[in-house]
Amino acid sequence: MTYRFSRRFILAATACLLPAIASPALAADKIKVAGIHASPVENAWNSRIHEALQSAADDGVIEYVFSEGVSGTDYARAMREYAEQGHDLIWGESYAVENEARQVAKDYPDVAFLMGSSGGPSGDNFGVFGTRNHEAAYLAGMLAGNVSKSNTFGSVGGYPIPEVNLLINAFRDGVREVNPDATFLNGFIGAWFDPPKAKEAAIAQIDAGADVIFGERIGTADGAKENNVLAIGSLIDYTPRYPGTVFANAIWNFRPTVDAIVADVKAGNPVGKDYTEFSFMKHGGNELIFVSDNIPADAISAMEAKQKAIKDGSFEVPINTDEPS
Amino acid sequence: MMEAVDILFSASLWGAVLRIATPLIFGTLGALICERSGVLNLGIEGIMTLGAMVAWMTVFQGGGLWTGLLVAALCGGMFGLLHAVLTVPLGLSQHVTGLGITLFASSLTYYIYRLALPVSSSPPTIEPFQPLAIPGLSDIPFFGEALFSQTAPTYLAILAIVVTAYILIRTPLGLAIRMTGENPHAVEAQGLNPTRIRIGAVVVGSALMAIGGSFLTTATFNSFFPTMVQGRGWVCIALVVFASWRPGKALLGALLFALFDAYQLRLQHVVEGGVPYQLFLMVPYVLSIVALIVMSRRARVPQALMAPYRKGER
Repeated sequence: MTYRFSRRFILAATACLLPAIASPALAADKIKVAGIHASPVENAWNSRIHEALQSAADDGVIEYVFSEGVSGTDYARAMREYAEQGHDLIWGESYAVENEARQVAKDYPDVAFLMGSSGGPSGDNFGVFGTRNHEAAYLAGMLAGNVSKSNTFGSVGGYPIPEVNLLINAFRDGVREVNPDATFLNGFIGAWFDPPKAKEAAIAQIDAGADVIFGERIGTADGAKENNVLAIGSLIDYTPRYPGTVFANAIWNFRPTVDAIVADVKAGNPVGKDYTEFSFMKHGGNELIFVSDNIPADAISAMEAKQKAIKDGSFEVPINTDEPS
Repeated sequence: MMEAVDILFSASLWGAVLRIATPLIFGTLGALICERSGVLNLGIEGIMTLGAMVAWMTVFQGGGLWTGLLVAALCGGMFGLLHAVLTVPLGLSQHVTGLGITLFASSLTYYIYRLALPVSSSPPTIEPFQPLAIPGLSDIPFFGEALFSQTAPTYLAILAIVVTAYILIRTPLGLAIRMTGENPHAVEAQGLNPTRIRIGAVVVGSALMAIGGSFLTTATFNSFFPTMVQGRGWVCIALVVFASWRPGKALLGALLFALFDAYQLRLQHVVEGGVPYQLFLMVPYVLSIVALIVMSRRARVPQALMAPYRKGER
């Protein structure tokens, strides 16, 4: 809520823009990007995007401003205001506002839009991306399959949307590859931000015998930590927060996607396409970070062989969006 | 099917019930005290959010855990005072003011949090309350694990119920509060000041709500998220009706709600095949409504609830 629009803000922003208009040569160097986050940028998913855009700004590739905690009812207005301010690229998440967001893009054909979306791209200027760290989740599953003693694997998710389901399913496929007779448990907490509830869901699965838990939501690892079992993190690196508990993380890197669309905007290419492929491992879009202590060496080498196969395209991690039970 | 029944007899389930119930107990108790004096406090959701942030921030800045709870209670009390001043002497709509307090408190919380801390991908942590095993009692099989290995605020919640029940039912102060909720004019006739009693009750009630919120960040979890209260405040408002405005039944209601919640988390992976998880998530809310219908037949609503008191007015 800090970055609110006010008349004063817009005046100040316009004043700042004046020199840019006066010297178009300078302005052409940097793509002006505005991010509109529906959640606080601490949210694991948003933080990956925020950090990628921030790092691009630090490298001098783009200029980056953002709003956070923008509600669905306010979303289209925020998009329009940034478009009016003359930003070249507007990043956002249109899951809750698919129709309105596409309408805004139609009204501003000169502005590029990149939206996290459940739908496809539209027009020349409305690009979309999906979240794909399933390959890293698969590899994490291969490690998990070798460290479990009870052979029971848990997972805690927010809601069963495709991007969550495919992640949990990929983790399970990875476990099954090394451990064909594994048992799986799953719980959805029906919220994106309820760490105490995610923790209780993890404890419930530990009671039922799980000793490695895939935490799609923050809070899961707290339950694992309290009961001395292992957990796997998703999207960001949770190991510093839970040392000794989280031994592997399926990291999502958004920077390749940013670089791809920025290159398109600079070259003047239409951006109305699907940028999901830049989240794949071969583009560096996701990776596994793990702590090798207590993991058998042959498990690690098997995982690394698979990682190589994923990168060179000889193995494709299946994308299964069915709801895990 | 047997598995689903077996869960009910596991100590871990009952341990989870107490953990889930603790913020609800504080919140319900707070709302109950407000309503017993005749003021509905819909500011609860915002006050719980504020309490969660303030307690966490106090500890994060180097304060002790109990200091954090105390500061949360003070801040909650201040917002209670705001609600009370608007609704008691000024007699504004309690619904509108309460919702306003919720929006104000949660936005202010977010604002302060963002000002105080730079943006980071994973919110910073504190060292939360650890489970406190009561010597002797915690070694009892089953009950030891379920009841006597909780964090300190959970024991405090149970104590708060007992103290509140005693004060409300057995002391002159409690009689005055209850009477203000039933008939403030009669209180006036007794030479007491209903306005002051209501303000006091709302302040104390709101302080308890804030402590309930602080449990989320200082005991069950160790970081703050701006939206982490997730409707627990509204559940408390419903639980007060369920409890027909009695502290003992409030404890029962909070435990029952928590039982449904802890149970559904375990049912999700026991019941196989084709049952959508949303059904399980609905269970605590649906059962609460059913329980509400059954219980509220005999409910005694405070007669002056939501009726502003104006001196000399009939």
